[in-house]
Amino acid sequence: MYGISKKINSKMIWQALLLMSVIFMVFIGTAAAATVDENAAAIEKNAEDIAQNAEDIGVNAEDIGNLQTALTFMWLLLCGALVFFMHAGFSLVEIGLTRTKNTANILMKNFMTICLGIIVYWLVGWGIMYGADAAGILGTDQFMLMGAMDNATWNGWWFQMVFAATGATIVSGAMAERTDFKSYLIYTVLLVAFIYPVYGHWVWSGSGILTSGFLVDAIGETFHDFAGSSVVHSIGGYSALAGIMIVGPRIGKFKNGKAVAIPGHSLPLAFLGTLILALGWVGFNGGSTLDGNDPYANLVIVNTFLAAGAGAIMVMIITWMKTGKPDPSLTANGMLAGLVAITAPCGSVANWAAVVIGIIAGIVVYAGVMFNENTLKLDDPVGAVAVHGYCGTWGVISVGIFALGQGDGSMLADAAYTAAGAGLLYGGTAQFMIQVVGAILSIVWAFVISFIVFKIIDAIIGLRVSEEDEIAGLDVVEHGISAYPEFAILKE
Amino acid sequence: MMKIEAIIRPTKIHEVKDALDEAGFESITVTDVKGRGKQKGVMQQWRGRKYCVDLLPKIKMEMVVDDDNVDKIVDIIMKVAATGSIGDGKIFITPVTKIIRIRTGETDGEAL
Ligand SMILES: Nc1ncnc2c1ncn2[C@@H]1O[C@H](COP(=O)(O)OP(=O)(O)OP(=O)(O)O)[C@@H](O)[C@H]1O
Ligand SMILES: [Mg+2]
Repeated sequence: MYGISKKINSKMIWQALLLMSVIFMVFIGTAAAATVDENAAAIEKNAEDIAQNAEDIGVNAEDIGNLQTALTFMWLLLCGALVFFMHAGFSLVEIGLTRTKNTANILMKNFMTICLGIIVYWLVGWGIMYGADAAGILGTDQFMLMGAMDNATWNGWWFQMVFAATGATIVSGAMAERTDFKSYLIYTVLLVAFIYPVYGHWVWSGSGILTSGFLVDAIGETFHDFAGSSVVHSIGGYSALAGIMIVGPRIGKFKNGKAVAIPGHSLPLAFLGTLILALGWVGFNGGSTLDGNDPYANLVIVNTFLAAGAGAIMVMIITWMKTGKPDPSLTANGMLAGLVAITAPCGSVANWAAVVIGIIAGIVVYAGVMFNENTLKLDDPVGAVAVHGYCGTWGVISVGIFALGQGDGSMLADAAYTAAGAGLLYGGTAQFMIQVVGAILSIVWAFVISFIVFKIIDAIIGLRVSEEDEIAGLDVVEHGISAYPEFAILKE
Repeated sequence: MMKIEAIIRPTKIHEVKDALDEAGFESITVTDVKGRGKQKGVMQQWRGRKYCVDLLPKIKMEMVVDDDNVDKIVDIIMKVAATGSIGDGKIFITPVTKIIRIRTGETDGEAL
């Protein structure tokens, strides 16, 4: 029995095992199949989610892009507004440093400079500066913004337009109190239409001779003028130099070959104007990366104002030492000198360098004013040639000395808009070389073309008012009204 | 009757006027004038260059008074307008021959 039962038993065990394993397999198999189905569904869901996410990220990226564009538009609209307001500053500085009898004339000159500037830069200037390049020399289309009417162009045009008239305003100050109004207007049109935008094309269009082509190939670096030490200020300054050479000094400025002081009538206006100009520089330099998202705008603003303060302090100290008293109007010039000089290097140098650049600008402007009067025997009532011309040149040269460059380890290696090459102090030479070339080109271009233009205007219309009119004052002679009618009855 | 004509510093006119008022002398003519004395003006500077302002702003005050009051008025002006520095000014005294009040036609002493 044992044997049989054992046999049966063992058979039954096998059967049971088989049965169990069948049952097991059926159950597990079904369960496993269910899991696989679930997994497949989940994977499908995940894929959907991922696609959705990708889409969301795409939408986000687009939103962020739109926001960044909007930020740039907004930033440049505001910066342009600040630069526009600089015309008030230029007017007040010029008025304050000259005599009451020419005030209405100066108001009209500065006012019409920006009004003509708006229209002429739209008609011609922008096209010459940013139109399709011809031989690296000038632009040839987009006159009246034709073929380029979109938000980006309007935004860019607005910011560039407010710069354009600035050059002419600089000339106005230097030639104040003796220049024929009509002649000045004609010159302004030519400056905004041609003289300014041609050099601007060389530097800022991206295809001009100072940023591409044989000069750049030969030297191995591109010219860097961040916001216009040369493009705006040198061009204005050396055009002014040509202007005052041709128009001559005001009656009474030199007696027996020696310069005589002709005090301006309102230091309050001169100082208010200077501070308005400084405020305007927030836009002038701050907007010049042309990108509302550029973090280095912070460096730019800090450097700008370090140089402004340093320039003014330096001139105060110099005049204090020279004459025993700190001179107000020259000290005000000192702030502008620092601002003009830092305009080119503000996005390329360390903070301490901005201070040094400002200090040297202070020396340059003082020496420049004295050199113009004592040596060249030129009459520049507001110091425009020294402030904008000489300090503008110092500004572009200073890039070649103090620029940190974009080499390894440079603080500015990731900056979008800075001098690429290191300055002399950091072992570079190419950046310095191209800066010198750019500086010389700005001097030669502005001086020569303006000299020719002024000569022609002088021959055809007459650049200078008559002696009689100059003595009477341009307010009454040119405009039939004195800026201070009641006061004028008492004086002169 | 005498005319007292005093050229004084513009900064002193209010003090002098008040002092005269207090002493009972109200009538006065005041004019902004420019002038210079012995030193021929002062040096100032403009853009680092010295220049001479040779006509300085001054105030001219005129009072026509009885002979008896001249000394009192001169004393007051001398006391109040003086700073002790150059440029304090001058007083000129001249006789007046006739005075007429326009409203009433009164003359001389009555018109003062
Ligand atoms: N002799 C004069 N004739 C006319 N006006 C005079 C004369 N002297 C002075 N004045 C007037 O008085 C003003 C003040 O003169 P001021 O006090 O400078 O005289 P001064 O002779 O130079 O004396 P001081 O040495 O105290 O300066 C002058 O600006 C001028 O307007
Ligand atoms: Mg005197």
